[in-house]
Amino acid sequence: MSIKIDKVTKKFGNFFAVDNVSLTVPDGTLLALLGPSGSGKTTLLRIIAGLEVADSGSVIREGEDITLQSARDRKIGFVFQHYALFRHMTVEENIGYGLRVRKRPKALIKERVDELLKLIRLDALGKRYPAQLSGGQRQRVALARALAAEPRVLLLDEPFGALDAKVRQELRVWLRKLHQEIHVTSVFVTHDQEEAFEVADRVVVMNQGRVEQYGTPAEVFERPANPFVMDFLGNVNVFHGRVEQGKAVVAGAELAVTDPHPDAPAAAVYVRPHEVVIQHQQSGNASLSAKVLHVNPAGSRVKVELRATESEQLINAELTSERYEELGLKSGDEVYVSASRVRVFTGDYVI
Amino acid sequence: MSAEAFVPAPVAPAVAPSPPKVPASFANPRVDPRWVRWTLTAATLLVVGVLVVIPVVNIFYEALKEGVRVYWDNLVADPDTRHSILLTATVVPIALVANIVFGVAAAWAIARFNFPGRTLLTALIDLPFSVSPVVAGLMFVLIFGLQGYLGPFLREDGYSVMPYLTSLIGLFVLIVLYFLFRPSSPTARRGIWKGPAWLVVPTASVVLFAVSVFIQKRLGLWPQGESLKIIFATPGLVLATSFVTFPFVARELIPIMEAVGADEELAAINLGANGWQMFWHITAPNIKWGLVYGIILCNARAIGEFGAVYVVSGHIAGQTDTMPLRIEKLFQEYNLPGCFAVASVLTLLAIFTLIAKTQLERKMPSVVHEPTGEGGK
Amino acid sequence: MASLNRRVLPGFSLTLGYTVFYLSVLVLIPIVACFIKAGSLSFHDFWHAVWTERSRAAYLLTFGAAAAAAVINLILGLLLGWVLVRYDFPGKKLIDSLVDLPLALPTAVGGLVYSSLYVEQGWLGRFLVPLGIKGAYTRFGIVLVLVFVGLPFVVRTVQPVLENLDPEYEEAGASLGGTRWQTFVNVILPTLKPALITGFALAFARGVGEYGSVVFVSGNMPYKTEIAPILIVARLEEFAYGEATAIAVVLLLISFSMLVVINLLERASIRHER
Repeated sequence: MSIKIDKVTKKFGNFFAVDNVSLTVPDGTLLALLGPSGSGKTTLLRIIAGLEVADSGSVIREGEDITLQSARDRKIGFVFQHYALFRHMTVEENIGYGLRVRKRPKALIKERVDELLKLIRLDALGKRYPAQLSGGQRQRVALARALAAEPRVLLLDEPFGALDAKVRQELRVWLRKLHQEIHVTSVFVTHDQEEAFEVADRVVVMNQGRVEQYGTPAEVFERPANPFVMDFLGNVNVFHGRVEQGKAVVAGAELAVTDPHPDAPAAAVYVRPHEVVIQHQQSGNASLSAKVLHVNPAGSRVKVELRATESEQLINAELTSERYEELGLKSGDEVYVSASRVRVFTGDYVI
Repeated sequence: MSAEAFVPAPVAPAVAPSPPKVPASFANPRVDPRWVRWTLTAATLLVVGVLVVIPVVNIFYEALKEGVRVYWDNLVADPDTRHSILLTATVVPIALVANIVFGVAAAWAIARFNFPGRTLLTALIDLPFSVSPVVAGLMFVLIFGLQGYLGPFLREDGYSVMPYLTSLIGLFVLIVLYFLFRPSSPTARRGIWKGPAWLVVPTASVVLFAVSVFIQKRLGLWPQGESLKIIFATPGLVLATSFVTFPFVARELIPIMEAVGADEELAAINLGANGWQMFWHITAPNIKWGLVYGIILCNARAIGEFGAVYVVSGHIAGQTDTMPLRIEKLFQEYNLPGCFAVASVLTLLAIFTLIAKTQLERKMPSVVHEPTGEGGK
Repeated sequence: MASLNRRVLPGFSLTLGYTVFYLSVLVLIPIVACFIKAGSLSFHDFWHAVWTERSRAAYLLTFGAAAAAAVINLILGLLLGWVLVRYDFPGKKLIDSLVDLPLALPTAVGGLVYSSLYVEQGWLGRFLVPLGIKGAYTRFGIVLVLVFVGLPFVVRTVQPVLENLDPEYEEAGASLGGTRWQTFVNVILPTLKPALITGFALAFARGVGEYGSVVFVSGNMPYKTEIAPILIVARLEEFAYGEATAIAVVLLLISFSMLVVINLLERASIRHER
């Protein structure tokens, strides 16, 4: 079932939690609502679920306007941030709860619960209580509980936030596989960019109640719509310069701009660390001189910190291990810096 | 919505015309439907009205029914009633002071130290709540009553125990003061604190005790061969009242002291403060609101105590009737306006207690107050 | 750490010594005296004191009325606790403080006013007595006044739990398709179970010991409206100390064991809540 959100606004006092947001989630998509705290993503999710009521706008599911429907009638599965498992019920009773309150026959409930226990790979733990399970196990039970009543839409509120890194990693993979199996339209909220990219088909970047960009992970990362998106998704170096004759002029160096941009007297020039190119020789006008401050070889890529000679600005660069060995860099070297991809933004976007 | 990179056109904050406002209860899962709210609220008001409000109003109505003049006379003109008010005003403060001292001491021992039997001690403090007050009174009658274990002795020459008792109490006070003001670091001790405590205290105690007893006997301070009445007299009332009210102060102080922790006091000792300085500068400010709260509860309970006092008092009008007992006496005499007059005074006190309690609860939000029954049993 | 403090913080021996002394004099020795006195009776006499028809009626009434009042308070307490935490209405703060009045009011006053309200000419009696509801000098009156006395207990134990209840549970219950009532019964009520049991226990213990208010309301008729403490006082006035003590000991033992049972119930109900 697709979900369409049409001009939804929600205020808390004078604060706009969700500000005139319109969005469509195609059927069967796994969509991530990504953004910093306070960006409105959780509020938007809760509005879709019916746990909050929008001040204006509508929520439409497969053509049906459900804005006025109560949470209980919406047939939407919701997985809470802290699982909200019923502590006094066993795992089986928790999973079966949605079916029990709908007065389904006992045999059917048992069948479905067993099916789901197998799906989440906790067959043997049906009679345990939530307090006896680990965090990762509890989260899986919460998911099974939400899926038991065969909802049309599945919503997850920072589902992996409270777990250790390793468990989080495992569950991300698991959620992706689950979605491939079940194909229910799903929306999940996260502030972790890596998580959104790893799991979701589509990403919505939100900030201060508004949608900044919507697209596939690749689109959003490679072609950010504005400085906020660019900065939020991964590290970025920001230079201040101008655009002249189609080239970005930064500290005397002229860099080729990746997407054509009209000339401007003042512009912010963005370069990602892995798009910074370091060389020992100057290549004409297209590079600026800098000094290596610090090299951090830990990890799959080598992080190099440099300081531009003229502007004294700090530059963060990331090199592959091969390139690093090729260059043989060490602290104090004088090198020349240019960029393989350059993005330019003008206007008064402030990060 | 297309799958390409989407750049939203800059929009002004939403002022689009909104559809009719959805009633909050409709979709919010945590709000009960309106008819439920109204019914339950009405039921609540009914319950509280019938059980609490109407009785309170009735008390004042019945008291003032025959006019203010009669009301005043009922309270002041009747000598027995006057005496009962005075008796309550005597017994309660004594019990209060004894229980405050106990409460602070017990809280200090339990909250700051770990020792075998600590759990048992804490449980013992809660004992009066599971003992019927009549049983409490009965226990004291068994010991101090005329037929009790100590009865014959008290009757014959009860006062002979007084010199020893007073000396003991005085000695205890002196020992407390000795340790309270003793500097914590041995090098700073002068005067009477100079010597080792295990030597100074016992020798001085024995000497002072003997001297005090001797002097009292010599001066004939206490009557000879007379019966010391405890039951059917004020001391018995004090004992019974103390028994039923002693947990209150301790129960309030222990959680507070445990929550605050000993760090500040340890720091003070470290810096050289003696016991008194540590208590006055560090402990007292931390516990003061809890202490006041406990005192208020203790006070309300002590004033209202009925069962235990009933048993030990022998209810001799004009001599051993506290205010609650006076009400019962007047009730037996079918003097309803008199009853209600005294009752109204107690009700006013209860209302003041409630007000003080509410104000104080605001100052101590972290302490959970389990009701313990202060109005006497 | 508390065990280290002994060497650093002053006053341990003094405070502990005084505490133990005070407790001994005021509590331990009297209770021991009680048991000694009861033990001094021959078994035959003890049994005779404790197990007459009159005393059996008194026990039944004492524990029965206290239990009935505690059950009523369970329902009223839940109602009041819910309304005071969840709803808003003018005068809510006042009502909230009024709930504590039974704790602050001397029980003699409570008993006095209840008897005056429910007699035939009383403010409430004039409506209720013609309907057959006699609140004074009856067992019903005893239960009524015990309800008054025990009112705050369940309310005050339930309120903090309700206030701290995580909204997520109710939202989960709703999102899974439950009606408000279903969510209340299946999700909220089980969370309240420990608090309800505690409140019940406190109200019950309070009701069992109650004397002052019952004296005014019941008329103290043996076999009909005489509670155990009143029977004890009657025996005392006959100077039958042994018999009075025997009954007192029985009361003590039953009260202690009830409290142990309830304590165990409490612990069992929170077993899952870790």
